[in-house]
Amino acid sequence: MNKNILLCGVGGQGIVLTSKLTASCAMEKGMQVMSAETIGMAQKGGSVFSFLRIGDGIYSPMFGQKQADIIIAFEPAEAVRMLPYLRDGGTVIVNTRPIMPVTAALKASDYNGAEMLDYLRKYTDNVMTVDGDKVCRELGSPKVLNMVMLGKAIRSGILPFTIDDAVEAMKRNVKPQFVELNEKALRHDV
Amino acid sequence: MHKEFLMGNAAIARGAAAAGLNVISGYPGTPSTEVLETTAKINNGSIYVEWSVNEKAALELGAGAAYCGARSMVTMKQVGLNVASDPLMSLAYIGVKGGMVIMVADDPGPISSQTEQDTRHFAAFSKLPCFDPSSVQEAYDMIQEAFEYSEKYHTPVLFRPTTRVCHGYASIEVKDENECLKNTPEGFIRDPSKWVIFPRLSYNAHISIEKRNAGLSDVFSEYSRNRIIPAADAGCRRGIASHGISFTYVQEALADKKAPKVLKVSTPFPFPEKLAVEFLNGLDEVLCIEELDPVIERELTYVCGKYHLSTKIFGKLTGNVRNAGENTCDSVAADIADFMGWEKKAAAELPAAPELPVRPPVLCAGCPHRASFYAVKQAMKGKKSVFCGDIGCYTLGNAMPLDMVDTCLCMGAGVNITQGIGKIEPDTSCFAFVGDSTFFASAITGAINAVYNQADMTLVVLDNSTTAMTGHQPHPGTGKTMMGQVVDKVNIEAVLRGIGLKTVETVNPLELDKAVETVKRVADEKGVKAIIFKSPCAVLIKPEKPFAVDSDKCIGCKKCINSLGCPGIIISDGSVRIDESLCTGCGLCSQVCPVNAIGGERNE
Repeated sequence: MNKNILLCGVGGQGIVLTSKLTASCAMEKGMQVMSAETIGMAQKGGSVFSFLRIGDGIYSPMFGQKQADIIIAFEPAEAVRMLPYLRDGGTVIVNTRPIMPVTAALKASDYNGAEMLDYLRKYTDNVMTVDGDKVCRELGSPKVLNMVMLGKAIRSGILPFTIDDAVEAMKRNVKPQFVELNEKALRHDV
Repeated sequence: MHKEFLMGNAAIARGAAAAGLNVISGYPGTPSTEVLETTAKINNGSIYVEWSVNEKAALELGAGAAYCGARSMVTMKQVGLNVASDPLMSLAYIGVKGGMVIMVADDPGPISSQTEQDTRHFAAFSKLPCFDPSSVQEAYDMIQEAFEYSEKYHTPVLFRPTTRVCHGYASIEVKDENECLKNTPEGFIRDPSKWVIFPRLSYNAHISIEKRNAGLSDVFSEYSRNRIIPAADAGCRRGIASHGISFTYVQEALADKKAPKVLKVSTPFPFPEKLAVEFLNGLDEVLCIEELDPVIERELTYVCGKYHLSTKIFGKLTGNVRNAGENTCDSVAADIADFMGWEKKAAAELPAAPELPVRPPVLCAGCPHRASFYAVKQAMKGKKSVFCGDIGCYTLGNAMPLDMVDTCLCMGAGVNITQGIGKIEPDTSCFAFVGDSTFFASAITGAINAVYNQADMTLVVLDNSTTAMTGHQPHPGTGKTMMGQVVDKVNIEAVLRGIGLKTVETVNPLELDKAVETVKRVADEKGVKAIIFKSPCAVLIKPEKPFAVDSDKCIGCKKCINSLGCPGIIISDGSVRIDESLCTGCGLCSQVCPVNAIGGERNE
């Protein structure tokens, strides 16, 4: 079973780690994995994406338009930016909290994310939203958004592994002092 | 063998280590940097690892080690090879004893480079064999083979991945520790007739190199990574030739198709000519899918002429494939569909999206470069000035509102570009901005040139005590080596005084008034003089307590935003606010605010 997964958001949101954990889950199941992501000038505040492919018969780490089974978007506008990659009938999981571009203050931009969410709902069949701000407040840390997003994606049934798989992968990849909080976030049903 | 999920660059490092690597040197540059960094990480002490001051030094060091029978690897990005091209061209004539791989990462796009140059040309130009991997697994395997070929033919070889191979990840088969080779260098055996280049040696070497390369073309025709993938539909008279990551895009495009025949070229030089003839046999038309330059396309066109084949060759030269920028799965699928007369896959048809926020790269909150640029801008207000930039994070000083970079060309070029502008425009105040790592890499000779030739200019060294842009590598001014040794720092001020500068002022750019005053004073002097703005990279230091805007005092003039463009200063519900999660407490904005409204706890 092949899966094309696209993670996107803004630098600093923990997207690359999420991609690594997802890959680690797939590796544990003996699946072939490839991924590619933005590296380099996209530091904090830039648009970040990670293409992740799981399964047999994959050659390239990146895939073309209309091939993603799922887009896990940490930011509404970044979901819209990457939407051409969603396959017909694919699913978008999106954090509703917009992140202002660093240049917004200069240009007096009125970007607030609402019209991005409207657009996603209007032109996509399966949109699931996560109120990232609210969940992070409930969990008591802004740093767990990525685990919440991954948990939501797994519960959607599209990724071929369970929350327990993700918890194990997380334990292999994060420092011991952060394990408890991250596990709570993964298991937090939103 | 076991499976691991590795980045392409890590796979190259691991492959080299598995081939018995003894020495690795390089200069950081995207997308090549992680090869050397990974080697440093996995090093059990048996490998000598060095960030050199520049690529030329790195290559010469690698050559010396290989003269002794060591297996050496030198890493750099494509433009780095321009810097190292002098030793490269001569070393091709001298050759090596131990295996030597020069790992040069190309950057189609370009994504983070000045040029879209194609290192495969450098291979043909220097007459050195070149390996071009197309996947992470192949990079791991091929680097080991590259060492074998290098040692067998006593020649350095080029290994040329591109960004998507370097920075792609894959679960790959990796050798267990006990399967890895160990290489024990024999040592340097004195033989001036072999290691000292003279015209006579070069003439003889040239003859044997040409002979070797003709033979290597045959050898590479049998090399398993150069291969023909037959068409399922044997009657198809069209073929596709490709290489590198583009080959995987071709595989994706043909995954559910029965035709055509495909040629994968993994050694662009020497070109596997016999294999190409076999591929062309029975084909009417061939489409070459390449990134950067049409190297395979020209080779196949040449082969057709040489062997009187009637096959028509298409690609970049015929306008069938884009001749600039990266290929993608989509672009390659479309090019192939056009060529084969297949129906094209429909592009995603979405209604126009709302205007998307642009997220350009900017100097980080608290970056001392922002303060340095702002100080010079304030000091030179209203005066005719030119600001030449260089390669590094500080190139981002070009963005609004700082708008302080008038030129940028290549590593270290700003110094003598400034000199050149000054010679034509003597009434202009000329500034060259250069970072500390770039200063050591290639601006010192420029500074000596400016001093010797009586330039009038101000050299501004932005010293943040690291190589920030590529991920904080150590350099001679940091007092640390990549092996973790603590060493004497090379002092930039002492270097500049040593080459004859009378005025060299070191100032903290975050002390704005003093910085502005220093610039004004130094800019007025004649000759070559320097200001060293010294303040560590904001990413490397523990942030101070964040500042805050006192909303009672703030008059909403937005001077802080409009003059500094710091990502830590935002507008929230119509008023200016400081984002505590980004603010490092550098205090620059508090010195710019006309009504003293920025301080918060810091002012109490």
